[in-house]
Amino acid sequence: MSVEALVSQLKGGLDAPICLTWELTYACNLQCVHCLSSSGQRDPRELTTAEAKQVLDELRDLQVFYINIGGGEPMVRRDFFELLEYSISQGIGVKFSTNGAFIDFEKAQRLAAMDYLDIQISLDGTDAVTNDAVRGDGSYAMARRAMDNLKAAGFGPFKISVVVTRHNVDQLDEFKALADSYGAQLRVTRLRPSGRGADSWHDLHPTNAQQRQIYNWLLAHGDNVLTGDSFFHLNALGEEPLPGLNMCGAGRVVCLIDPIGDVYACPFVIHDEFKAGSVRDEGGFAKVWKQSDLFLELREPQSAGACSSCGSYDACQGGCMAAKFFTGLPLDGPDPECVNGHGEHLLAGIELASNPKPSMDHTKPVKTTPVRVTLGSTRKPVSVS
Amino acid sequence: MLGSALELHPQVALRPEPFGALAYHYGNRRLVFLKHVDMVRVAKDLGNHPTLQATLEACDIAPARWSSFAKAFESLQSSEVVRER
Amino acid sequence: MDETTSTIATDGSELVAEPELVETELLVEEISIDGMCGVY
Repeated sequence: MSVEALVSQLKGGLDAPICLTWELTYACNLQCVHCLSSSGQRDPRELTTAEAKQVLDELRDLQVFYINIGGGEPMVRRDFFELLEYSISQGIGVKFSTNGAFIDFEKAQRLAAMDYLDIQISLDGTDAVTNDAVRGDGSYAMARRAMDNLKAAGFGPFKISVVVTRHNVDQLDEFKALADSYGAQLRVTRLRPSGRGADSWHDLHPTNAQQRQIYNWLLAHGDNVLTGDSFFHLNALGEEPLPGLNMCGAGRVVCLIDPIGDVYACPFVIHDEFKAGSVRDEGGFAKVWKQSDLFLELREPQSAGACSSCGSYDACQGGCMAAKFFTGLPLDGPDPECVNGHGEHLLAGIELASNPKPSMDHTKPVKTTPVRVTLGSTRKPVSVS
Repeated sequence: MLGSALELHPQVALRPEPFGALAYHYGNRRLVFLKHVDMVRVAKDLGNHPTLQATLEACDIAPARWSSFAKAFESLQSSEVVRER
Repeated sequence: MDETTSTIATDGSELVAEPELVETELLVEEISIDGMCGVY
């Protein structure tokens, strides 16, 4: 079997995910403008500790080797360490994504003592001005403090994860230097118009010239830089594909379990259109993974649709489903950031207000200042506690 | 390679897939696809035979395929999925 | 692993059998656990 054949096996789906994202809570101490899960307030329907452990038991039985835990801010959950330790005890390695607010020195030491554990600190700027514009006042300092604590506690290599935006694309070298200074690994990922990202995407997403900058930078410096395979749409820019599978893994090799147990194709499509089922359904997660209509459909060969006449399709695979869906573009056509400009052309005809909205919004209401993000009539009124 | 005595690394888990298996090394987090069911059979049987070649013979692998298998096991050794015993 | 065998033909010349075709299969492929799209 050739390399191509392996990818087509993976596109057809596997009997269990290779790894998956599990958002433990919608609660968060931050309000990042581009939050893919529109987090802020805890959802009262959150999985209980017992339910969470049942999910872990299922994942163990499916031989899922590794999970990526996120949120919201996962460390906000009172049972965070309990679930972490349980997962690892069941042979499921964990990487968790955090803004670092709760990693004081004592926690850092506790984390350093654990095995099969990876930590990913979110950072979107190499200085407070750039970072905090997106992630909120004090968030840069919070993240740096967490990194300092992990280093001091001897945690070993952790990851720094950056969402690449129009405003930080010139900081890629500095991000790399920052990661190197901690002995950490840099991860750069694509901004998707998901969650609150839908509102800020048009201002934040890289320009065409910047996309080329990212592509060239990754080819030149990306040896030890992770991308979560999120830039494969840029492969159409040149002859050399970026390292990675270069395919959408959603519903095929990865998926999302959200805080209330709903299963989605990936964390960037938290919307009914991409909901496969719930771990609370009879048959649990395993049945959703193996038999849900959505996932079976995603595992069918996908047609190039409007992209079939474009020579770049083999390289770019038509880009990202989430990027298309939330900008109102059809799924069987170009990505909004299509490097050949085919998406941009289509976007011009779409009215922003008509785009699909996230199914849920856990953004905290802002009491004293005007609300910065408006998500239309789907936003439920919330009581101020 | 054919004359080596090999074994699966104890920190490796093998998960069957329709076309072969997924091998995951918990220690170094490397993930390798074994892309043919024969490759999986041989990998599982390594510990029962004195050499890789003996394992290939016991698993009825045609000699014309041995160089491919040797290359594959070299690759698995470099990622520490298998090791010499 | 060469298995060239020689036999003598009826006119006394040596016949050399073709070596067995060696198949090349790519039997393993490594992918990065961090290299899948759709995870954090």
